[in-house]
Amino acid sequence: MSVLIIAESENNALKRNAAEVASYGVALASKLNASCTAITFHASNAAELGQYGITKIAHISNVPSHFDAYAQANAISAYATQNKVTHIVIGSSADAKFLAPLLAAKLNAGYAPNVVALPDELSPLTVKRTAFTNKAFAHTQLLAACNIIGVGNNSFGVIENEVNCTVDEIEATHTASNLEQISIEKITGKATIADADVVVSGGRGLKGPENWHLIESLAEILDAATACSKPVSDMGWRSHDEHVGQTGKPVSTNLYIAIGISGAIQHLAGVNSSKVKVVINNDPEAPFFKAADYGVVGDAFEVVPELIQKLKAFKALS
Amino acid sequence: MNILVCISHVPDTTSKIHFIEDNTAFESRDVQYVINPNDEFGLTRAIWFKEKQGAEVHVIHVGTPKADPTLRKCLAIGADKAFRINTPALDGTSVAQELAAFVRNNPYDLIIAGRESIDYNGAMVPGMLAALLDIPFVPNCVGLEIDASTAVAEREIDGGREKLKGSLPIVIGGQKGLVEESDLRIPNMRGIMQARQKPFEVIPPLEAAAATEDVKFEKPAKKAEVKLVPADDLDQLIELLHKEANVL
Ligand SMILES: Cc1cc2nc3c(=O)[nH]c(=O)nc-3n(C[C@H](O)[C@H](O)[C@H](O)COP(=O)(O)OP(=O)(O)OC[C@H]3O[C@@H](n4cnc5c(N)ncnc54)[C@H](O)[C@@H]3O)c2cc1C
Ligand SMILES: Nc1ncnc2c1ncn2[C@@H]1O[C@H](COP(=O)(O)O)[C@@H](O)[C@H]1O
Repeated sequence: MSVLIIAESENNALKRNAAEVASYGVALASKLNASCTAITFHASNAAELGQYGITKIAHISNVPSHFDAYAQANAISAYATQNKVTHIVIGSSADAKFLAPLLAAKLNAGYAPNVVALPDELSPLTVKRTAFTNKAFAHTQLLAACNIIGVGNNSFGVIENEVNCTVDEIEATHTASNLEQISIEKITGKATIADADVVVSGGRGLKGPENWHLIESLAEILDAATACSKPVSDMGWRSHDEHVGQTGKPVSTNLYIAIGISGAIQHLAGVNSSKVKVVINNDPEAPFFKAADYGVVGDAFEVVPELIQKLKAFKALS
Repeated sequence: MNILVCISHVPDTTSKIHFIEDNTAFESRDVQYVINPNDEFGLTRAIWFKEKQGAEVHVIHVGTPKADPTLRKCLAIGADKAFRINTPALDGTSVAQELAAFVRNNPYDLIIAGRESIDYNGAMVPGMLAALLDIPFVPNCVGLEIDASTAVAEREIDGGREKLKGSLPIVIGGQKGLVEESDLRIPNMRGIMQARQKPFEVIPPLEAAAATEDVKFEKPAKKAEVKLVPADDLDQLIELLHKEANVL
């Protein structure tokens, strides 16, 4: 048996989620008594995965330097076949979810996305994953000879376990792409909903786009990404990219702060898997309080500025 | 231009989720089923191409007759023909295999599926289908233009967008952004009447094997009561987040 983890990279460096995926892969390999290798593309700091217990890295650089799902899927499936890989561990980023189904089809592998823990059972391999947009969990058996586990963001955590790590340069044989990149726009220097530890989200209770400085200032102090409810993006107060919930982006962070959001079932479904939820709403009957860990019943226009001041003081001290 | 839209049939977003038979099966009684919202955006874009650029739009579902009203609704909205591959949808792999076999026999220029089904949240059928057919694939698609031979598609990435170009045929995993909510159509009387005349074919399955099986379901543990902090004592909130929840 042999475990392969896919460590994502960007701008020639590992992405943040690589640490969690590596931690999961190492823990899985030790349960299986199997070897564990990481495969990565264009990551000059690949060896840093040694901090999470990875001893061996297959590094590929003869594919396009930007993320190219087709070229990467071909390279990974060739490597997995050659090395008789039985378990592949991948993340839950937009790129990972692009790559995993391509790989699954190429390798005739089983694939379970949004997995939240190490397998319940190793044979048949059974994993717990979210389903029904976080309204439930499914325990899924993976029945193929090679199986792919997609680890949910922030669901397993990072385990530090420093070891010596060697990086082997591998040549991919099939390097063509079937898509041409025309352009890429990416917010830089700001946390994104997908990889932030904290997300600050605003709803219709904020009354209008002119009040979003409250959400942005709070997010800035917390190094958080900003998000919003669906009506807010429908009305054009915020861009569609910020819409979270069942029909928007899923949020699975350590801390989700909802301000002036009522907590409709479709909103909750998309954010429920966040670890800690804080709600600020002036209506004590707002359904979100039932789904929250901490709540403040109060007017956002008073509570948020005060919270910003207090957090500034707290950050200055710590 | 021939467009195929893959339709999954899912519980309405307001549905309460329950399980039966010792938590091994989803309780579908009293659940209202709808077109998967991501697929509805894709179907609406396909109909837009039909009206603006000329295209024939077909819809397909892998599943049981339970989904027939959903497919009829697609016809009432403007699709020209519906297919149902007559076999229960076992998992993403088997559905993708069934769809791939169909497309090999009936080629299309553009295949639009949804980003993911909102019930089992696989986000895998369209990518698998593209890989099986060895054609390009663009997931999380929020913008799509086509001409006779190429597609330019924009996909949402974490914190931004990427614009990609590929030659037809291509598979798209669509979502809101392909069209806006206000572009979605509600079937009118005329559409519903016309739908009755439109072709609806039931296709025998390959009976492709599944690669995964959901053996048990579980609902999230009941949440502890929310801790309310007075609005005039936010220091307490910071203290709780710092010391108790460990998130600051
Ligand atoms: C098919 C479908 C899919 C959907 N998908 C999604 C989705 O993915 N994501 C999503 O978010 N929604 C989704 N919705 C919409 C959802 O049903 C709700 O309508 C929406 O979430 C409500 O947004 P909101 O909480 O911002 O607004 P509202 O429900 O209007 O709530 C505003 C809240 O602000 C509070 N408030 C008002 N003033 C203040 C103040 N001064 N200070 C503090 N609080 C204040 C109010 O008490 C209220 O609770 C979907 C709906 C459908 C039908
Ligand atoms: N049973 C099915 N029949 C036809 N298309 C499907 C089926 N299941 C999923 N799809 C398509 O694949 C997309 C992604 O589904 P999934 O991989 O299940 O999340 C859906 O939005 C549909 O377009």
